Amino acid sequence: MEQHVLVVFPHPDDETFGCGGTIAQFVKSGVPVTYICATLGQMGRNMGKPFFATRESLPNIREAELDEACQAIGIKRVIKLGLRDKTIEFEDPELLIDRIEQILQEIRPSLVLTHYPGFAVHPDHNALGEVTIRAIARLPVQERPVVYAHAFARDCQEVLGPPDIVNDISSVSELKLAAVRAHRSQSQMFLSKIASEKRKKQSSKNQFSHMLQRESFWTYRF
Amino acid sequence: MKPIDKSIVQPALESFLNREVYLHLETTNGAYAVHSQESKMNVGAYIRNGLICFKRGIITGEGPYRVGLKMELGWVYAEGLTDFEMEQEGQLLLAGHDQEGRLAVALELSLSPFEL
Repeated sequence: MEQHVLVVFPHPDDETFGCGGTIAQFVKSGVPVTYICATLGQMGRNMGKPFFATRESLPNIREAELDEACQAIGIKRVIKLGLRDKTIEFEDPELLIDRIEQILQEIRPSLVLTHYPGFAVHPDHNALGEVTIRAIARLPVQERPVVYAHAFARDCQEVLGPPDIVNDISSVSELKLAAVRAHRSQSQMFLSKIASEKRKKQSSKNQFSHMLQRESFWTYRF
Repeated sequence: MKPIDKSIVQPALESFLNREVYLHLETTNGAYAVHSQESKMNVGAYIRNGLICFKRGIITGEGPYRVGLKMELGWVYAEGLTDFEMEQEGQLLLAGHDQEGRLAVALELSLSPFEL
């Protein structure tokens, strides 16, 4: 049984799409979950469908969506790092590693969920995953939390092999769906696409229902 | 935002003439364009709070629209603009949205710096 789970992702909605079900399961079983959310997703391209956000209003909208999604899956504490979307890889990594190390020392998580560096597609995902791994690597081996790394690059199975952690999240799929809906500026487009594809080809609908049933991770080996 | 009305946007551009103006300019096809196989390249660029001064500013086209701002030593240009907003005093937001409502291009002017 985990004592405390720390989630580290750059954008509001990363916590929901990649591991909202896994988080909801931990919360249900009484494990506290803290989320380090590095940016407010200021540079997102999705603005809602029909679009309701502007480039300038998007950060406030996404911050409110994040609160609602965290409530849905049960995250009580969110630490916002105040970085800007798309810029994490250009920051001084040592400063970010220091900041994450401080939080690790404070929270002493038994498990960390973050992106698998190099296999998480978005440059912010890869950069934040990397500094998180480096912060954990600073801890003595016996004090290091286990790391479940989330990866979805097209070549991740080919290079990393199959994920060793496959969580059946069907018991909490309604909670994950509520969190997906809470991120409305980011999810309305594909939710409407899924609805319109119901009677046509089933590809994105199947992909989406898969996302509500299972979440997979690779245990990071230091 | 509302669909661009040139008769409103043109005078709005002129209100920024010959002043120090903060510029946000971006274009993007998204961070997942290659991953989702929409494109062979992820392409994007943005400037946040570039400080410029322009002496001529024009919006043209029949929609989507183009904007050109002529500076002493160069130009600012954007195409594919579809929508505008002027809700905040001293600020003009222009953006181009694709058929799905996703932002593809933005050109914004402000007398005070944009939030970081």
